[in-house]
Amino acid sequence: MNKEEFKARLEELIPSPAFEEGAEWTTVVVDPAGWEAFAGELRSAAGLDFDYLFCVTAVDWKTYFTMVYHLTSTIHRHMLVVKVRLDHDHPVVRTVSDIWRTAEFHEREAYDLFGVVFKGHPDLRRLFMTDEWKGWPLRKDYEDPVNMIKL
Amino acid sequence: MIEEIGTTEQGDLVINIGPQHPSTHGVLHLVITLNGETIKKVEPHLGYIHRSIEKMCESLSYRQFIYVTSRMDYLSSHINNHGCALCVEKGMQIEVPARAKVIRVLMDELTRLASHQLWWGAMAMDVGALTPFFHAFREREAINDIMEETCGARLTMNYMVPGGVMADIHPNFQKQVKEFIRFFLTKIDEYDELVTGNIIFKSRMQGVGYLSPEDAVSYGCTGPTARGSGVSCDIRKLYPYEVYGQVNFEEVTAVGGDCFARYQVRMQEMRQSLSIIEQLIDNIPEGEFLAKTKAVLKLPKGEFYSRVETARGEFGVYVISEGGTTPYRIKFRSPGFSNLSALDHMARGYKIGDLVAIMGTLDLVIPDIDR
Repeated sequence: MNKEEFKARLEELIPSPAFEEGAEWTTVVVDPAGWEAFAGELRSAAGLDFDYLFCVTAVDWKTYFTMVYHLTSTIHRHMLVVKVRLDHDHPVVRTVSDIWRTAEFHEREAYDLFGVVFKGHPDLRRLFMTDEWKGWPLRKDYEDPVNMIKL
Repeated sequence: MIEEIGTTEQGDLVINIGPQHPSTHGVLHLVITLNGETIKKVEPHLGYIHRSIEKMCESLSYRQFIYVTSRMDYLSSHINNHGCALCVEKGMQIEVPARAKVIRVLMDELTRLASHQLWWGAMAMDVGALTPFFHAFREREAINDIMEETCGARLTMNYMVPGGVMADIHPNFQKQVKEFIRFFLTKIDEYDELVTGNIIFKSRMQGVGYLSPEDAVSYGCTGPTARGSGVSCDIRKLYPYEVYGQVNFEEVTAVGGDCFARYQVRMQEMRQSLSIIEQLIDNIPEGEFLAKTKAVLKLPKGEFYSRVETARGEFGVYVISEGGTTPYRIKFRSPGFSNLSALDHMARGYKIGDLVAIMGTLDLVIPDIDR
């Protein structure tokens, strides 16, 4: 499958996809509602078979968050980056731990460090920080006068 | 988590292993639910060595942040540095000199050998054999000495920098490495004689901790953990970087999916690493070892992702740049983190004694998981 066919196949699956240009891999930006609808299909869609989610992370853009999912297929070896834009005050997104089991830990990490809430996650608790920890350390507005040294 | 110790309503016993326990190889804390001796659930508690390296990197320059990454997977510090250097080079479009490329691959493979040696010794010790540990450390010492001569360090190397390597190899390097290969080729057969065929060792490993190929992919397992289940996932083969595309080596996979399969994959990988080193050691091109770069590195606005194969699996560096001298956000995709997430699935239904064997074959390095 060449790049054009790959994009066309994605367009069939994703309602009105917004492709991001200039990136190394095909990157598509969606809203949380759209992600909820088609996340499950990426795993099994014929010709796509994105069975391996190799990186999940969140980015704090000060006014909004993006969840970034790096997907690849162990059969076809093609790559897809999905970015989900989340509201900064109420970052909520569907969990994908039911589709890719690796997401269970990665989403706990994103919750712990960014405060992103994953709907339907089986065990959404802090992962690295203690249960009593206040705040979300990797957010840009996080302040910790005790543990953080500014250069 | 003291309140979690005790008995559940179903009569199951809840116990803790770690964070201070020799077989967890670091500060890993497991809360285990047991029915008799059978494991019902394993819940890892992380964060005992969490330093928030990702946050730290946001205030370090593109030259500085690489040094912190040696402190993640300290047994693959060269390869961690390598992944970060590749990411910066990708962003800056720096062409690395041919000599540096070969030196980097040599260092990577020596690191992989040293890491697998340590794993082999520790693994055997986990299941009750103490002697292999001393054998492994003796041989590993030889690699550490080679590293010390060239890099000036034995554990946290910080040798690879954007554009190449920090200093040229020591004049003795080639001679020492060749001597080491000759020495180690006899030792690796000894390893097999001592442990691989041992009936007690085999009965502890065979049929224990089964991981199916589908689960290995779903849990994001990489490295020998996934290859023990027959999943082809070697980044060196799939997306060759530096000179990996030009050397002959095989991606080692096994089909068993149990502890013994993962053990065999690592043993064979040591032989493959030796073969890569043998091919390259006499073919280090002459020339520069470091490309000329600007004093202050500024990555253009955008996103850069690099992937390398560490001794434990796929290590990813994801840098988001806003065009400044420091990264806006950096994410390290560490292999140990994903491999650990499969532990609960792998251990369920086996006996408590098997858990140590399963953890041993995952080859966990805790600072790599906690970051």
